[in-house]
Amino acid sequence: MNDTLAGWLQIIALVGALALTFRPLGDHMAHVLTSPRHWRVERLIYRVAGVHADADQQWSAYLRGVLAFAAVSVLFLYAFQRLQNHLLLSIGMKPVAPDLAFNTAASFVTNTNWQNYSGESTMGHLVQMAGLAVQNFVSAAVGIAVVAALIRGFTRKKTDRVGNFWADLTRIVLRVLLPISFVMAIVLVASGVIENFHGIQSITTIAGDHQSITGGPVASQEAIKELGTNGGGFYNANSAHPFENPNPFTNWLEIYLLLVIGFSLPRTFGTMVGDRRQGYAIVAVMALIWASSVAIVTANELHSVSSSVGHTAGGMMEGKEQRFGIWASALFAVSTTLTSCGAVNSFHDSYTPGGGGMTIFNMMLGEIAPGGTGSGLYGILILAVVAVFVAGLMVGRTPEYLGKKLGAREMKFASLYILTTPAIVLVGSGIAMALPGERAAMLNSGAHGFSEVLYAFTSAANNNGSAFAGLSADTVWYNTALGLAMIFGRFLPMVFVLALAGSLARQQPVPVTAGTLPTHRPQFVGLLAAVILIVVGLTYFPALALGPLAEGLH
Amino acid sequence: MAGSLARTARHHLAALRMLVVFTVITGLAYPLAVTGIAQLAFSHHANGSVIRDGGRPVASSLIGQKFNLPPPKGRTTGAPDPRWFQPRPSAGGYDPAKSGASNLGPNNAGLAKAVTDRRAAVAAFDGVPPSSVPADAITASGSGLDPDISPAYAYEQVNRVAKARAAPPSAVRKLVADHVQGRTLGFLGQEHVNVVALNRALTALK
Repeated sequence: MNDTLAGWLQIIALVGALALTFRPLGDHMAHVLTSPRHWRVERLIYRVAGVHADADQQWSAYLRGVLAFAAVSVLFLYAFQRLQNHLLLSIGMKPVAPDLAFNTAASFVTNTNWQNYSGESTMGHLVQMAGLAVQNFVSAAVGIAVVAALIRGFTRKKTDRVGNFWADLTRIVLRVLLPISFVMAIVLVASGVIENFHGIQSITTIAGDHQSITGGPVASQEAIKELGTNGGGFYNANSAHPFENPNPFTNWLEIYLLLVIGFSLPRTFGTMVGDRRQGYAIVAVMALIWASSVAIVTANELHSVSSSVGHTAGGMMEGKEQRFGIWASALFAVSTTLTSCGAVNSFHDSYTPGGGGMTIFNMMLGEIAPGGTGSGLYGILILAVVAVFVAGLMVGRTPEYLGKKLGAREMKFASLYILTTPAIVLVGSGIAMALPGERAAMLNSGAHGFSEVLYAFTSAANNNGSAFAGLSADTVWYNTALGLAMIFGRFLPMVFVLALAGSLARQQPVPVTAGTLPTHRPQFVGLLAAVILIVVGLTYFPALALGPLAEGLH
Repeated sequence: MAGSLARTARHHLAALRMLVVFTVITGLAYPLAVTGIAQLAFSHHANGSVIRDGGRPVASSLIGQKFNLPPPKGRTTGAPDPRWFQPRPSAGGYDPAKSGASNLGPNNAGLAKAVTDRRAAVAAFDGVPPSSVPADAITASGSGLDPDISPAYAYEQVNRVAKARAAPPSAVRKLVADHVQGRTLGFLGQEHVNVVALNRALTALK
């Protein structure tokens, strides 16, 4: 079989698998988020924690839950890393430095998983599994909880209640993330991923050299790392590392896992709002953007477009693994940057200007195709609100989406949401470029070096976590700046989403008339896709022109 | 004021208790259960696919190794050993404590020069024309631990290895052919040859 055919089949099999799980997983999540019944074990958890899981909360109370949980998580994780040398299974690792510990705590709590450390030489087993991996579960669940509150804003009327945060959080962990991760972790081990509690093993190699190999509970972390679109690798090389991703099958499975919840949530949305066609329209936009991006990155990498290194070497294999090759690497790169995952099986810094630039652009889109667990869906729903508003302006009617009027208050929240991330990215990159010491952290020079800084702030503010890893970002300045970018980039948008949810829930739905814009037809799919590209394009064009575009045209 | 402070404190205490509960479930019970099953049912894989030589571990078949001559005095790395199939370049020198890539950009002048130099060196080492050296032989992998090379690069090294070992080239070539792993299920990933496994098999070739 030739490369091209195999590459296509790989993509088709992925799309097929996602299509097969779209319905059952989407419906399951809708059930989990709407069922009035608690499981017995859930009741026990609520009792131990002392929370009222039956009390429907106002959006502000829901938000307080989200923020309180995040605050204690950051502090807990920070203390965990600082004290790791006193704990079990530290395998000789020293306490993590204060600035790095803050950055890492912010990173995992915000579902970003940006890593300024190398796992195999910084983190003990207990921090990895009982600190970092716990956030892989709960930060992913928080994202889904917030989108559930937003969906309830659309479905409920004349109420100020949007659900119960503690119940949403617990159910998503116990009924969605944990069972799937458990099964997939076993599948990963059966396919070659390691899962042990070995320390650092020294061996004498075949040729008489020495190697020290760090073991660890990798598979259990790998499964939730992808499923929860977290992306924080056990090892520095992340999913390029053979212990995390030993062969083409595990690679394919990891791509599937990091996409599956994001692509299934529109079904959950359609089911919950009582009109599945609304979900199909959203998933169509996601699929359109994802497929276009796969095509662009793959083509750029296959043909070494605008890369002197690629032409000299005869192929874009720098930073890529032989067992995956270009097709499976490009597919992973696109999927990880269009979700908030940020795991990598190849290193984007060495991609062609067009391919690497596209991974930055993917994140700039706000990670909505399909996006992170929950955050992707609320991101695209905000853009849908904007699209409906734009259409309303064209015909001079008060816009409405799913029966809810989009007035000044709603549009203010949507606008604030859209402005938050670009403000963090552009201001952050601007400041870094203005400081000589921070500029010097670039590995590559010129336009490509600027792309490294732009990538870092784009990745942090959008909670992606992948990197143009040449940038030496383990400095006090970058650890602090990127840590803050992650926290504001995660929680400010959540404030606006929940405020919007509260505002929508209070409304009495307006009846559908002949003048209502249908939001389930191809026309709306086109409109939404266009609005996304125009909004994002206009926001970031100058920055992209200085980085990847300048390099590509050089 | 005091009331709202107490409420906030209570709220955060509940959040902390919730976090502790999830730490026990997802941070302890879950990985321990997976490890238990993994160790019972898939212990070879779970422990890193270790290759042993008379009981002594000599490699993980997943982690690439260097196959160099002993370093000369005052140097830390030796030259490539002609008796072994050579792996891809590595940004971390095949040190598992330093996994990672070069992160050099697609138009980095230093990398372009390194690639040109490597092409010349590999061609001279293997006694082949520079144009026949494949891309994987002269570019560093993502992990720095890539155990695999392309079949093209493996076949290219056959004559040099056979000569250095005074073995018939046909036998070495057959060994390579036996070690070519096709795409998983016929269409996933890329064809590759595991250098660690291949060199291990080479030690048995007489």
